Amino acid sequence: MIRFDNVSKRYPGGKEALTRVSFDLAAKEMAFLTGHSGAGKSTLLKLIMLMERSSQGQVLVDGANLNRFSRRQIPAHRRKIGVVFQNHQLLFDRNVFDNVALPLMIAGYQHRDIGRRVRAALSKVGLSDKERQNPITLSGGEQQRVGIARAVVNRPPLLLADEPTGNLDPALSAEIMNLFLQFNQVGVTVLIATHDLELVRRLGKRQLNLSQGQLKGES
Amino acid sequence: MAAIQGATHTRMSHRLGAWLGHHREVAMKSLGELLSAWISSLMTWLVIGVALALPTLLYLIVMTVGDVSGDWDGRPRVSVYLKDEITAVAGQQLRDRLAAREDVTAATYVGADEALAEFQQHSGFGDVLDSLDSNPLPALVEVIPVRSEAGAVRLLVAALTAEAGVDRVVVDLEWIARLDSIVTLGERLVIALSSFLALGVLLSIGNTIRLAIENRRAEIEVVKLVGGTDGFVRRPFLYLGLWYGLGGALIAWLLIQASLLFLAGPAGRLLRSYGEQFVVTGLDPGVSMALLASGAGLGVLGAALAVRRHLHLIEPQ
Repeated sequence: MIRFDNVSKRYPGGKEALTRVSFDLAAKEMAFLTGHSGAGKSTLLKLIMLMERSSQGQVLVDGANLNRFSRRQIPAHRRKIGVVFQNHQLLFDRNVFDNVALPLMIAGYQHRDIGRRVRAALSKVGLSDKERQNPITLSGGEQQRVGIARAVVNRPPLLLADEPTGNLDPALSAEIMNLFLQFNQVGVTVLIATHDLELVRRLGKRQLNLSQGQLKGES
Repeated sequence: MAAIQGATHTRMSHRLGAWLGHHREVAMKSLGELLSAWISSLMTWLVIGVALALPTLLYLIVMTVGDVSGDWDGRPRVSVYLKDEITAVAGQQLRDRLAAREDVTAATYVGADEALAEFQQHSGFGDVLDSLDSNPLPALVEVIPVRSEAGAVRLLVAALTAEAGVDRVVVDLEWIARLDSIVTLGERLVIALSSFLALGVLLSIGNTIRLAIENRRAEIEVVKLVGGTDGFVRRPFLYLGLWYGLGGALIAWLLIQASLLFLAGPAGRLLRSYGEQFVVTGLDPGVSMALLASGAGLGVLGAALAVRRHLHLIEPQ
């Protein structure tokens, strides 16, 4: 599903965020991307999202070489990927329902389908009773679950998460990770960047360890 | 096969329906936004309204003056003033002689009394003329030449001046030419003023849209992140521009109608003194539609320029 082939990323100014990273993530696999902050986890995810482009090497997603993507092709690529952020990137000028519905509106779904799918996604993350609330009134854990509902509402084959439990206490973190496990069980490829090694160890999934921009082995 | 085609067709029409629905939704939402912040919207609408009203009003004035000068159908009239001692009978004979000339289309004798009556009726100097003991106006023959080029008219004038009993020959050609120049100048002025003010409308809408883009930076980033196309991101701002332009044009329309009512009285009196019919009709539907269309067009264009310049700078970080 994801393949990195000798990928390096140098930012303007000379800082090398990734150095010769190579790995393969099969379809329906779930893996964790670990490492200290600044190790290059976010950069790696941004390359997959085409928020950044590699300076060297090739990134392939679902068999397509991202180096060859033009600006115009980026939106269609991003629609195939659900993404969850530490700061959840919710919009506070609209309610929970409209936040989750955004990817469906962009993809051109009909009203009827949007309602059905949004409610399904919210029920999956246990927020069925909050759809009319503004996300700003929700707790941190609830906001993160709204972010997850938005990421999966379009049923993307690939789900990325950047520190999804960064601001949450251990109990809530476990709950969130449990959601990702469930999506993986129904066939979604999942890649999660986290520094919560304790949690990763407990889940026993594949682990890609980044250190100073280099892949330092798997476990 | 037919079933598959049917399904594809249904999906296509669903897509189209969703697309149109989205347009309607975005259009209504952006209009709602403008109306809910109506005070600042009204400011922008007034700025655009004034900028559109000025050249339109000037255009209407120039057109009206153009109509007046156009009534002379571009043919000069030559007034042949007769000497005081020429009697009405001799005047008529002179008219017949002039009318028979090959370079004259028509000639009309206007006696001194007739000339006085006409002048009293149209000039507004009736009272002054009444106080005079005798009629100061001479009799004249109005001649319409066959050819209206300056050279031909000049030759005719020379020939007419040489006729016995003729005091003076006056051509109103110059006055018409002057009025024509004024109209042409006015038209140019309308074009220049319209261009400046259109540029002003573009810039003011562009700036308003730029602020709107800045205010919605977070939304734009998220939309781009979840796969929104440039078109999807652009749409609300283009509609915002459309509503600004259309609202401004509506204000301009109201300003112009009010001005026309305000100007109708004096303008009517002025034109009647030149023997012109003048009826205040307000803006005709054609001009009204053109005004609304140019407002809407400028709005969308201004928004498109602002979006083009500022939107691609906003990328999710």
